[in-house]
Amino acid sequence: MNMIVCIKQVIDPEAPPASFKIDPSGNKVVPPAGVSPVVDPYAEYAVEAALKVKDASGGKVTALSLGSNQLRDIVKKPLAMGADELILLEDEAFDESDSWSTAYALAMAIKKIGEYDIIFCGREASDWNAGQVGSGLAEILGLPSVTLAEKIDIADGKAKVQRKTDEGYEVVEISLPCLITASNEIGEPRYPTIKGIMGAKKKEPVVWKPADIGVDAAQIGAAGRRAKLQKLFQPVREGKCEIIEGEGPEEAAANLAVKLREVKAL
Amino acid sequence: MAENKGVLVLCETKDGKLASISAELLGGGRKLADDLGQELSAVLVGSGVADLAPEASAYGADKVYVVDDPLLKDYQTDSYVPVMEKVVGQAMPQVLIMGQTSIGRDLAPRLAFRLNTAAALGCLELAIDPQSKKLLQTKPVYGGNAQAVFTTESFPQIATVRPKAMAPLAPDQSRKGEVIKVDAGLDASAIRTKVLEKVPEEVAGIKLEDAEVVVGGGRGIGSAEGFAQLEEIARLLKGAVGATRPPCDNGWAPAGAQIGLTGKIVAPDLYIAVALSGSSQHMSGCSGSKAIVAINKDPEANIFREARFGVVGDWKKIVPAFTEKLKELLAK
Repeated sequence: MNMIVCIKQVIDPEAPPASFKIDPSGNKVVPPAGVSPVVDPYAEYAVEAALKVKDASGGKVTALSLGSNQLRDIVKKPLAMGADELILLEDEAFDESDSWSTAYALAMAIKKIGEYDIIFCGREASDWNAGQVGSGLAEILGLPSVTLAEKIDIADGKAKVQRKTDEGYEVVEISLPCLITASNEIGEPRYPTIKGIMGAKKKEPVVWKPADIGVDAAQIGAAGRRAKLQKLFQPVREGKCEIIEGEGPEEAAANLAVKLREVKAL
Repeated sequence: MAENKGVLVLCETKDGKLASISAELLGGGRKLADDLGQELSAVLVGSGVADLAPEASAYGADKVYVVDDPLLKDYQTDSYVPVMEKVVGQAMPQVLIMGQTSIGRDLAPRLAFRLNTAAALGCLELAIDPQSKKLLQTKPVYGGNAQAVFTTESFPQIATVRPKAMAPLAPDQSRKGEVIKVDAGLDASAIRTKVLEKVPEEVAGIKLEDAEVVVGGGRGIGSAEGFAQLEEIARLLKGAVGATRPPCDNGWAPAGAQIGLTGKIVAPDLYIAVALSGSSQHMSGCSGSKAIVAINKDPEANIFREARFGVVGDWKKIVPAFTEKLKELLAK
């Protein structure tokens, strides 16, 4: 089983909310000082999904990451978790990509990689929460896809995917090669082992520039965007919370119930 | 080349009726169409869905496209994308709206890429820019820490909208719409997936998304027993229990109880948030609540910035006393 997992480096979504700042230009987020970037947590579920398939059926997992200024110690995490190869698409020309320009560049890199049975992506990414690269990639590559996978079984050259739905789940059989996006129900991403970390240290990623994957410069980064960002803002919090007091927590609790009754919230 | 005009809403069905999200989208779509001075169309895709066309009209559609085919019984990317491509080719809308549902979030991006246009998923608000007449698509980004407004230069401008973000119109049965049947024209061999089974989640009591009162618990609850105490409040108020992600991951609450960007979206009249800090992730799923009440021992917790009323203290002391007082008040 040849698998490719798309990942990316993002601002740590677990950074304290107070550290979240928007650039005065109003179109990008300022990375919080002193907080290291991370591999997108949604993408880590995709890595976990691929590693689970590898555990069960064997094979090779290649992680593919697009961006600029990718810190090696960060983006090597999939290797430390158990992936076999890491390919970085790295250039400032990829900056300010939207789902379109990202999926296009990833598709060109995947064509260069050539052989694959399953491509994995996160259900969305924690920065722009677009939720489109997986489906877009499948469309460009002409692959069948299943999104929001909770569980994957491989048998007889097909994948059986448990897909999360609004009502519960459904089980979808899909022919290979295919694209699967992973949901968090796939299971907590495994921690890198010491051996994994040591192995990752020694392994150098393959770095591809736009020219290496034969992309059209007008289709990548900001130039290739289809979605135009008009405005980025932080919603205003009202901050008008009435704190209900009392002699001790029990009385405050009773006063809260009375208050809610008074304002007809109950 | 024909000009793109009008607003098209993809309607989903549930238990043989129009899904509530679809009525909401028709309500929101009606407003967008009126602002553009153009028509609102609906499209029904499925098997045995033709009878629902009058309902879509009653909720505001001027025209209803119907694609009824046994191959469309279950949602599958490979069947719905070509069908929607065909309907869009015929209807030529400026704007295409779907729900942020299991169907919409899978279909919208794939269709956008096929049609060489862009989509915005999980929008909170859609509006027509008075000057440019472009669709302004507002959605949460960075896990709800920020919101972004996007526009699309190409047609159709595609967006999915979160449940409860738009209001349905009161259905008007006298409103009649033109019904246009579209042949699915599907080749079964081109569908590369097969739905083997559908397993609905078991829900005891009121469904979380439909509850008027939601009691949400966070990491601070610490155990399944703790959640049982929240269940009692929910029972008294005829509501449902929700949770942030850690309790679901730890098995204190069922996975289906998760509220947030990656979980369910609720907009109850009253949201009682217990021992949860109010992370952006979680708030993305409940910020539409009419009133939020916070119980948390940390006075600096973000939830107090979102709440209308709050009590600072240990939930283990507050919840039992609150429950007792509730019983007393409700007995009156």
